[in-house]
Amino acid sequence: MHKQALIQYLLLLGDSALVQGQRLCEWCGKAPALEEELALMNVGLDLVGQARNWLDYAAELQDDGRDADALAFRRDERAYRNLLLVEQPNGDYAVTMLKQFLYDAWHHATLEALTASSDERIAGIAAKALKEVTYHLRRSGEWVQRLGGGTEESRRRMLEAIPALWRFTVELSVANDGEVQLAQAGIAADPAQIAQHWLNTVTAIFASVDLPLPKAASHFYLDGRKGLHTEHLGLLLAEMQFLPRAYPDATW
Amino acid sequence: MYAQLVETGVKRLKSLEEMSPEERAFQEKIDAEIKIEAKNWMPDAYRQTLIRQISQHAHSEIVGMLPEGNWVTRAPSLKRKLQLMAKIQDEAGHGLYLYSAMETLGADRDEEIAKLHSGKAKYSSIFNYPTLSWADMGAVGWLVDGAAIVNQVVLQRTSYGPYSRAMVRICKEESFHQRQGYELLLTMMRHGTQAQKDMVQDAINRLWWPALMMFGPSDEHSPNSAQSMAWKIKRQTNDELRQRFIDQTVPQLELLGCTAPDPELKWNAERGHYDFGDIQWDEFYEVIKGNGPCNQERVATRRKAIEDGAWVREAAVAYARKQQNKNAA
Repeated sequence: MHKQALIQYLLLLGDSALVQGQRLCEWCGKAPALEEELALMNVGLDLVGQARNWLDYAAELQDDGRDADALAFRRDERAYRNLLLVEQPNGDYAVTMLKQFLYDAWHHATLEALTASSDERIAGIAAKALKEVTYHLRRSGEWVQRLGGGTEESRRRMLEAIPALWRFTVELSVANDGEVQLAQAGIAADPAQIAQHWLNTVTAIFASVDLPLPKAASHFYLDGRKGLHTEHLGLLLAEMQFLPRAYPDATW
Repeated sequence: MYAQLVETGVKRLKSLEEMSPEERAFQEKIDAEIKIEAKNWMPDAYRQTLIRQISQHAHSEIVGMLPEGNWVTRAPSLKRKLQLMAKIQDEAGHGLYLYSAMETLGADRDEEIAKLHSGKAKYSSIFNYPTLSWADMGAVGWLVDGAAIVNQVVLQRTSYGPYSRAMVRICKEESFHQRQGYELLLTMMRHGTQAQKDMVQDAINRLWWPALMMFGPSDEHSPNSAQSMAWKIKRQTNDELRQRFIDQTVPQLELLGCTAPDPELKWNAERGHYDFGDIQWDEFYEVIKGNGPCNQERVATRRKAIEDGAWVREAAVAYARKQQNKNAA
């Protein structure tokens, strides 16, 4: 059975969307323009909604009495399966937008493939999410172009953001054995195909404003899929999980 | 009310006989309930009053994102997080509608925002209070949005067309937020632990009076009201709206099983209204002047957002220009 692998895969999808959404929440009231306040909260809302769908499914499969909220608010960082990229701090708008773009490009390719999943539940969630992420990708891609091709200052910041985030992109083009098996069974997206789509999207946007494309990132010690996170995730979760942890018997 | 103490600059109402032919035609139109539109002639004081009121209202939506943004990263369930994010998104949208309505009067959004950041322009006093527990998210939705709705429902009939139409759209979304806020409190009171119930009562104790202050000074201390009423920018007085809010809110308070921090609050069968205690007007005027608990933080946060974001906006402009040149070539 692929059940354990499938649960891990759903957590990868759900946790990544949730953590990315959480980072966008941190921008509330601090964005560079009113239109951006609206857009950041809009994208975050989509992502947290998607996270809830993935975690609902993971909880059902797990069937140990925990629901999506328990998975989101009662799991420690070692049990979180999100991509390392999305837990990185927001930094300036160049970091935030590049991070969003690198994630969106992976997310879009993944969801597109998942709409054809042999698991109908996954195909359904992916089809709905794909509409949202198509918008996210268009928006973040445009911001990479605007900042990369805007002023000297914005370009300088974008050029700084690229190496700061690039090492985490290794996770966007690798997969673990469980994912590979799920892909072979027609359930998960094919990691090699995702990696190629992701690279094509990133290459095209970078090229359009002459941003240098670094060489492929190589594997390093950390691995979000194994719950080996950067030091940023613990703090993010401490804030996000505070209430359910402090009031374990509460009903919200 | 999201716009308190709007200066009209008019000390005394003119009679129709004292008005110029243009002014008289304008006033007759107002009296006949015909909406004023952007291209119509209007007295300069009417234009300026509306710019002040609508910008104050827009600023309130934007500053109002901050007390909620304080808890959006800490919302206790996925459902509550989604609700709060949707609400904040709506508020940013309301700010945009309102700035657009204001710009039909010839004002400039960036200039008005600069006035907010320099402390010259006001926003609703309520957003200068801190949000200290999760229950505040419910209390803000229920009491603060509730007070805003009482005011805005009336403003749907305000005399300036673009403002009135913005209010129609905004009211629909606000009503939804208010119900969600109330439901949040009801869930904590009916299904929550004692600690949660205490949290709700504490939130009400802290936000009750500030919510009542949202309607602005009492009528006897509201010198600008007469002109605003004559122009039908305002349709009802501060005290009338405040009374309506209290009358509709007390039964909801009782349904929650909570109390108001007002020993004088009680039903007056003779008046057909609730009587209530005295508002601490000293506190109100201090908050309005900038000396409330969060005034400095709120303005500083907004100012920093716009200052830190300058390079982003400049980049967007520069990039758009380059694209235009490329397309033209």
